[in-house]
Amino acid sequence: MTRPHLSIVPKPAEDATAGEGPSLPIEGNLPLQAEMPFAVVQGEPLTQLPRDLYIPPQALEVFLEAFEGPLDLLLYLIRRQNLDILDIPLADITRQYMDYIGMMNELQLELAGEYLVMAATLAEIKSRMLLPRSAEATTDEADPRAELVRRLQEYERYKQAAESIDHLPRLERDTWVASAPSDVYRPVSSLPKVSLQEMIVAFREVVARAQMFAHHHVQRERLSVRARMTDILATVEGDGFAEFTRLFRAEEGRMGVTVTFMAILELVREGLLDLVQTEVYGPLHVRRANRPPVRAVPDLPAEGAAAAVAAGSVEDDTIAPLPDGLDDDDLDDDLDHEDEGIA
Amino acid sequence: MNEDHVRNVVEAALLAAGRPLSIAELAQLFDEDARPTTDGLREALARIAADHEGRAVELREVASGFRLQVRAEFGREVSRLWPERPQRYSRALLETLALIAYRQPITRSEIESVRGVSVNPNIVKTLMERNWVRVVGHRDVPGRPELLGTTRDFLDYFGLADLDDLPPLAELKAMADLNPQLVLPVAVEGVDGEEPLLPALAPDAPAPDAPTA
Repeated sequence: MTRPHLSIVPKPAEDATAGEGPSLPIEGNLPLQAEMPFAVVQGEPLTQLPRDLYIPPQALEVFLEAFEGPLDLLLYLIRRQNLDILDIPLADITRQYMDYIGMMNELQLELAGEYLVMAATLAEIKSRMLLPRSAEATTDEADPRAELVRRLQEYERYKQAAESIDHLPRLERDTWVASAPSDVYRPVSSLPKVSLQEMIVAFREVVARAQMFAHHHVQRERLSVRARMTDILATVEGDGFAEFTRLFRAEEGRMGVTVTFMAILELVREGLLDLVQTEVYGPLHVRRANRPPVRAVPDLPAEGAAAAVAAGSVEDDTIAPLPDGLDDDDLDDDLDHEDEGIA
Repeated sequence: MNEDHVRNVVEAALLAAGRPLSIAELAQLFDEDARPTTDGLREALARIAADHEGRAVELREVASGFRLQVRAEFGREVSRLWPERPQRYSRALLETLALIAYRQPITRSEIESVRGVSVNPNIVKTLMERNWVRVVGHRDVPGRPELLGTTRDFLDYFGLADLDDLPPLAELKAMADLNPQLVLPVAVEGVDGEEPLLPALAPDAPAPDAPTA
């Protein structure tokens, strides 16, 4: 077993020259300074000068953005030189830190205010350390660096914890839940495809029903397909499912249900809604689509269908301007009925 | 024989479910008159775990229960089944997640004070969308800031049974450890061969019982 501490003894002369190296500050000359001369790093003699105090600016550019903040940058500077976090040579680190800040400015990287606050903090600590302290105070008075060291250590802890978490075996990256699903136990849920014909049939029923309400009060308001699309989405939002026919309010008359129908078609076309049928000839249901927008019902010629259904009353094949395109005659018809009903 | 049956039902259920199953869920699988006790189920699980020793799949207890999963050592090869690389998370996200996991419940400003930078709202949003993090309450101070905590999904995802399973945090070294170094120049004045006056600071160096000769 060697005795590392003893090997320090012959070193001071060499270390003194090292301390006068061009890139190193001569901290050791101030007797009461808490910083150690470069002779000792973690109790080990330093045999040669660190050679990596300078980083070419090109290299800087690459990783400057990689720092997570001033603490991260400071920690990097300390770790890169294998300095003890508990014994930071402040003048040196501050100077390097300022070099980086200057570099960031030059590169016009957006410099977060936190970096400047840290620069000020470093300068403040350094100046406090330069003030002479009485002999007895050295022991019980807190080192001016203590708070900074505490923050650095605290940050480093969670930085390491983040790395540990990243190394944990993770679902979908390192491990997968084993499964051997058996269809035997699962209800077969192959839903029949909804054809356009069925939709039209269902719609026709709604229209038929709507006609029975022809004498009811009709709000004289612009019915917008867009607004109706939002309404339908909101309806489906809650329980995820809605019966096709219930989306219609027969009281709104023919125009109202047509607008609703257009809105549904448009939503289906945009892949926001799915039309499903739990059994053949069963009631149609509308469901909010979870997958990315694809054509939910293939071969559904939305515009064509709309045109067909609206029985020629819609000339536009774009949806949005429909309320205007949906000619006023319809609305007037309804209103006429209403008038009759009232009269 | 009955034990074999329990063991097999449990294994079958774990495979069919493809998600963690709790002891309570497993118990529900059995007819009431044939329902094994919790101890019986744990025994069955222990047997399943033993049976999978040395196999590609292992039994693992996570927060939501037990699951059979591919051993992580095969992750590299198995992941090639899917052309897209698994998502990588940024350091900022992982650090934020780590702080929430270890220090929960925690406010955004507390996260900020440790990391030294403001919390990116997108990161918290991503963590919430992944359902790893949720608002667990509000701190009773002005502004009533949200307190963030991790979810069961987070533990499941990282294969943890509870928060105690998180990798241990590094110890904090006290600044006081530094003081012996400050008097070192005095000690150095001693002559060769003397016992060092100071306990060594480096962990691998000999402690005070260093050789005296």
